[in-house]
Amino acid sequence: MDSPENNTENNNIYEIIDLCLLAGKIMLQNGAETYRVEDTMTRMAAALGFPGAHSYVTPTVILFTTSRTEQPKLFRIAERTTDLQKVAQVNDISRRLSQRKLTSAQAREELAAVDDSAHAYPAWLRVAAAALAGGCFTIMFNGRYSDALPALFVSGIGYAAAAYLQRLAQIRFFAELTASILIGLLSYLAVQAGIGAETDKIIIGSVMPLVPGLLITNAVRDLMAGHLISGLSKGAEAFLTAFAIGTGIGLVLSFVA
Amino acid sequence: MIVQLLTSFIASATFCILFNTPRRMLLPCGLAGMLGWMVYLLLSPDWKPVVATFFATVIVGAVSQIFARVFKMPVIIFSVGGIIPLVPGGLAYDAMRRFVEDDYITALQVAVQALLLSGAIAAGLVLSEVLGQMFRRRRV
Repeated sequence: MDSPENNTENNNIYEIIDLCLLAGKIMLQNGAETYRVEDTMTRMAAALGFPGAHSYVTPTVILFTTSRTEQPKLFRIAERTTDLQKVAQVNDISRRLSQRKLTSAQAREELAAVDDSAHAYPAWLRVAAAALAGGCFTIMFNGRYSDALPALFVSGIGYAAAAYLQRLAQIRFFAELTASILIGLLSYLAVQAGIGAETDKIIIGSVMPLVPGLLITNAVRDLMAGHLISGLSKGAEAFLTAFAIGTGIGLVLSFVA
Repeated sequence: MIVQLLTSFIASATFCILFNTPRRMLLPCGLAGMLGWMVYLLLSPDWKPVVATFFATVIVGAVSQIFARVFKMPVIIFSVGGIIPLVPGGLAYDAMRRFVEDDYITALQVAVQALLLSGAIAAGLVLSEVLGQMFRRRRV
């Protein structure tokens, strides 16, 4: 294996920047915290012979520069999901790179493979998971058992609809709005049909898989850590989702009530 | 209580499936969520929700740090699953719904409460992280 000095000489500096950017891109797209993305990128750069690298990460853009180049490089992030497996894998690659157990070429190969890999769980399992989560949340929020069963089905259908519509329309707001209208309608109908007792409890459990609770927490956390831009934009994203869900449910309730 | 623990375990673990957590980490994730929810339930009769959430999150953070070292995975894998039951998603939705229904006063109250709870969760995670770092540095 090459020594770090050799690595630096053999590799084009732009390739190293690209490598770090690829790692940062995968992490950011899949829900890693801002500080973790920055940390990983500078560590990787340091391992490849650039100890003074700087990065600036927001939810939509990564800026990265090593001390020896004049121009920083920019990478635009359009889509964000939560895929913790990929975050863990990139973390692992970066750690092995720092420990010199991996050459930069091997790291590039592995990162590309991680980038291309599909979701580890099949779609039906994810829908089933969302359904179970919805049912459980109804009970956790002091709903009755008779409300948990309809919540199970409603949240499954709602999550499936949101996932399907998002692939169809590419606009998250639209997908979330439509899914929550569906959830509101189904919950109302379930209570009307006598399957559930409280519409509200069914709805609250069912929207949980869609609700951006995690995003809100991450936003506050970024703000606390001093990542002000990241915090504000994550907050905006979370607000939009909450707004879509609130609007959808509110729309249904104002029509039927 | 047992039903609450069971449902919070399942809710955390199933949420981790949605977040594509590695398969063999689902159990510890559910465990972290269950522990957090248990602490919250134990504290909530005597303490304000924000305080109860804060301490529950500190526990979740500590457990996540331990799991992260044991399983050699990033902390976020466990902390995300762990805070799922505590996250004020229901409140955020409730706030937006009341805004849409023109009930602005209640909407603002609920929204501020959701924000405070988020702050408590974030603060709890940060605190356990800082404590973990201090502990590690002392040992080295």
